[in-house]
Formats: sequence, structure tokens, C-alpha cells
Amino acid sequence: MSVSTPHVKKPVSASAPAPRAAGERRDGRPRRGVKPSRVLLVALLTVAALYFLLPVYWLVVASTKSSADLFGTFGLWFSDPQWLHNLSNVFSYADGIFWSWTWNSVLYAGVGGALATLLAGAAGYALAVYRFRGREAVFKVVLAGVLLPSTTLALPMYLLFSKAGLANTHWAVLIPSMVSPFGVYLCRIYAEAAVPAEMLEAARVDGAGEWRIFGTLALRTMTPALVTVFLFQFVGIWNNYFLPLVMLSDDRKYPITLGLTTWQTAAQRTPELYQLTIGGAFLSILPLAAAMLFLQRYWRSGLTQGSVKG
Amino acid sequence: MSTTSNRTTTSAPGGRRSARPDRAAWGFLLPFVALFLFTFVLPLGYAVYQSLLTPVRSGPLGLGPATLGFAGLDNYTLALRQSAFLESFARVLLFGLVQIPVMLLLSTGLALALDTLSHRWAGIMRAAYFLPYGVPGVIASILWGFLYVPGVSPVVELLGKAGLAPDFLGYDNVLWSIANIVIWEFAGYNMLVIVAQLKAIPQELYEAARIDGASPWQTAIRIKLPLARPALVLTGVFSIIGTLQLFAEPLVIKPLTSTVTNSYTPNLSAYNEAFANNNIYLAAAESVLLALVASVLSFGFLSLVNRKERDAR
Repeated sequence: MSVSTPHVKKPVSASAPAPRAAGERRDGRPRRGVKPSRVLLVALLTVAALYFLLPVYWLVVASTKSSADLFGTFGLWFSDPQWLHNLSNVFSYADGIFWSWTWNSVLYAGVGGALATLLAGAAGYALAVYRFRGREAVFKVVLAGVLLPSTTLALPMYLLFSKAGLANTHWAVLIPSMVSPFGVYLCRIYAEAAVPAEMLEAARVDGAGEWRIFGTLALRTMTPALVTVFLFQFVGIWNNYFLPLVMLSDDRKYPITLGLTTWQTAAQRTPELYQLTIGGAFLSILPLAAAMLFLQRYWRSGLTQGSVKG
Repeated sequence: MSTTSNRTTTSAPGGRRSARPDRAAWGFLLPFVALFLFTFVLPLGYAVYQSLLTPVRSGPLGLGPATLGFAGLDNYTLALRQSAFLESFARVLLFGLVQIPVMLLLSTGLALALDTLSHRWAGIMRAAYFLPYGVPGVIASILWGFLYVPGVSPVVELLGKAGLAPDFLGYDNVLWSIANIVIWEFAGYNMLVIVAQLKAIPQELYEAARIDGASPWQTAIRIKLPLARPALVLTGVFSIIGTLQLFAEPLVIKPLTSTVTNSYTPNLSAYNEAFANNNIYLAAAESVLLALVASVLSFGFLSLVNRKERDAR
């Protein structure tokens, strides 16, 4: 199928000019003077950074304000910070429902992401390493799954799950979260490049069974791809809104995203909830923002390996 | 790749290694395939099935118990006759035609610019651009919602002082205010995908270009951009799929302005049909139509860029 072509291909060097003889090489780096074009470039990049950081900065400032100051003072500067008071209100409101939401998000994203990664790893490995009838058919179906918008499935899935008695249970969110067609795709590409046939053969010669080879050798070799899949899936589930919205009716089972919108909607009647929504939003992006900053380097290398090795 | 290599090593103990690779392969595949069937194939089939049904009322004035009847394509024609539903498709198409190129241009520009920057600064900037990806769509919409509403928003306040009076939530603007949220969320992520592709370009190419006297600008346009193409195709496809799924952002913005209706996007429309109007059969038909349009567009886009790629050779 055509999807595999765009980013599996190695960069083709044919179109580029051929390197000249080694003797002609010189250090082509431009001198480190302050060029106007460079100043302009840095200025533009800084403006872009301000744009991306603006709402987050506003959120930090707003989370320190009292409800009155939130509407009465300039939004981009502090006024009588009462951070701890605000944040403890978030946790204590409605018998600490924010704790339940946090726990649910961790459960859905953590357990769902881990299981999705394991299943995708095994499936991608099988598609990469074995030749068997139906291999291409399975792969094509997986690719179609990548291209299908997941929200179009959520409604029929809800109808199906309510028939099965699964709607409004933790399973209703967990089960769909365990399936990652994109993860299978990524794992297959990675395993094809990273798991050498000789290694498998050697292991078989030593008498290892297929499952043992997978569990000990393949999983270890595929670690970068697996980490990437896990991160994708974790963030995807954590950020998912439509699925829990459709599936859950009991607000004790909500993840943070869904819970906060209930506060936001109710704030029109109960204005104190504005401050709680803001405080909750601030708390909810803390762990993921920290993870983003910490993991982006690793994430990037994982993406490279997933997307260019053919 | 294959388990059945012909290089038979002499000391292989018994035919162990050729022992039913098929069975092993399906063993690895089975958990995924089973769940995939349960969460992708089955719901899709069920949606198609439901979309062909309709409740048939019995008794005088249709007040008797309702039974399910076969409706043929009635739900589809009903969906397609609703101008609000058709408008929602037109709206997301317009949205995508503007938002996707703007976002990809921004992502590509940032990626190329970062590629010329020194290591430390590039790292800090990259982190700043990527941060919004960690903010869930609904939370991002809540945040930007506050920044759009006059009275709370420091942005509106500052622009007002500068003599501009933007109405971010007005009829003509709200679609682009939503586009801004989506760009804010995903530009950094797409930039990272492109950066990853750029890092994979062999350094000799740059060296060769320098020796040939290419300026950084020429290098960026002639070498980096064409080689980043696979990443651009990938981000393009995901953006198309994402645009058609547009849901959380308009839903969160909806209470702030009367211009966002219950059928502002196809997804909102189907959701509303199912949960507010209780017409799951019509909702199923709308979901199927949405899935159909999404796959036609993303497959179409892929085959288009693939054909161009072949022609370019």
C-alpha cells in the first residue's frame, strides 16, 4: 500500500551535487560575525517562542489569582499571588474529585499505553520477521486503521459496548486505548531494520523458542521504537477527549480532560469554578510538560529511526 | 527478514528452527488482531448496519411501540439533505485548506531555521515550540478561550489599547480562532517530525553544497526541503485526518459564542444527533459518511503525492 512509501524511503542523494575531490575541501563555515540576517532569524524564532509560550505563561499567572483578580486585573502580570490556596481548593473541591480524575488519567494512559506498546511490538515483530500467508493482508488492514479517524469509530463503539455492558466502565476507555495501528506500523519498520535474521537464526540454533527469542532478544533490540510508541500512545490517550466523553457517564471515572470541561461548563452558574478550572488545567499540564521537555531528545531520535529506516 | 533462510548451519539440532513459523507468527499477532477487530472492524460494521435501520412506529398516530425496520439508504439521504450537515463538511474543508498549509509552512520554517542555529539555542527553542503538544486539546481550547474573551483576555486588552478591537469570537473570525488553537497545538510536533527527517540527511550533502558555493538559503530550499518531503507527506496526511475529526476545540468554544452551532463540524453533528436528538441511526450514517470522506481524502492525497514523486524521477 502506498502509505509505506512516503517516509520509509531513504533520502536519495542522486539529485544533489557530487562531492568534489578531497583536496578541495575547506572549512566552509561562515565567520562568526553578527550578520543582520542572523539577527532577524533569531528575532523571528524568539517571537515564535513567545507565541507558543503565551497561553502557558498566562495560565501560570492566572493560577495564582483570586477569582476577583482573575477578571479585574491585567492577565499577564501577578496580583496578590495565592497559589497554595488556589491549588489546595482544586484538590479539596467535591470530596477531592480531582484526585480521581488524575488517577483515572494515569490508569488509562499508563496501563493502556503499556499494553498497546506490547501488543504493537509483538504484532510489528511478527510482520517484520515471519513470512506467512495473510501477512500483507494484515498489514494493509493495519494501515487502513492508521488512516481511519478514530472519533468516527467512537460512536458505534459506544453502541456496541453498551450492548456488551461495557459502557461507563473503566474498560470502555482502556480497551480501545490498547490498540495502536500506528504503533504496529512503526514497530514493523523498526524491527525490519534492527532485528537481524542472523541473530534469530543463532538463537534458534541455540534452542531458544520463538517466544523466548521475542521476550529476551527482540524486545531489547526494539526498545527505541517501543519507547516511541509508548510515548505516542500515552500522550494520545491522555489528550483523548471524545472517547471518554462518549463512553462515560459517571464523573468519578472521568479522566482530567473530561473532568475539567465539566467544571468549565458549570462555571457559568458557579463562577468560583473558573479559578478551579484554571488551577486544574495548570496542575494537569505539569507532568506532561515536564515529560515533554525531558523526553523530546529521545522522542526525536526514536522518530528518526521509525521514519527513515527502510 | 525471513526465518527460512537456506543457509543451513550444520550443527542445527533437529528441525527446531523451521517448526511452524506460521503458528508462531499468528501467536504474536493474535492479541493485537483480536482487539483490532473488536475496536475497529466490528464498530465500523456495526455503524454501517445501524445506518441502514430506522425505528418504525406502530399504532394510531405512531404512538405504539416502536420496532426496528430496514431503512435502506434513507438515513444517508436524510443526512445529505440536511444543509447544516453539508455546511459542516464545507466548513472543515475550508478550515483544512487554510489551517494545514499555514501550519506546515510554520513548522517547516521553524525546522529549517532551527537547523541553522547553534545547538544550545536550538534546543531551548525546540522545547518551547514542542511544549503545546503536551497540552490536551480541550485544555488548550479552555486556555485560548480565556485569551479570546473580552474582559478576561490580556490579548484583547492590549490590542484594544493599540487601537485595534479584534472580535475573536465573531461570526467571521471564530473559525480562524479555532484554527489558531489547532496550529498552536500541533505546529511544534510537526516541526519535530521534520527536524527528525532533516537530521537524517547525510552531512556530505551539505558539505558538497557548501563547496559548490550554495548559500544557506539555497541549501535550505534546494536540498533540505526536497529531502524533508516524506516528513511533510506524513504530517500532511495526519493533519487531514485530524481536521475532519475536529470536535473538542469547537465544543469548548461553543459556550463562549453563539456562532458555533450544534452541527459546526461533522463530528459535532453526529455526536449531537446521537446524544441530544437520540437518533443513533442517523448518527451512524453521519459517522460512516465522515469515515468515507476522511479515507477518500487521505488516500487521495497520498496517491497524488506519490504520483508526483514518480513523475519527478
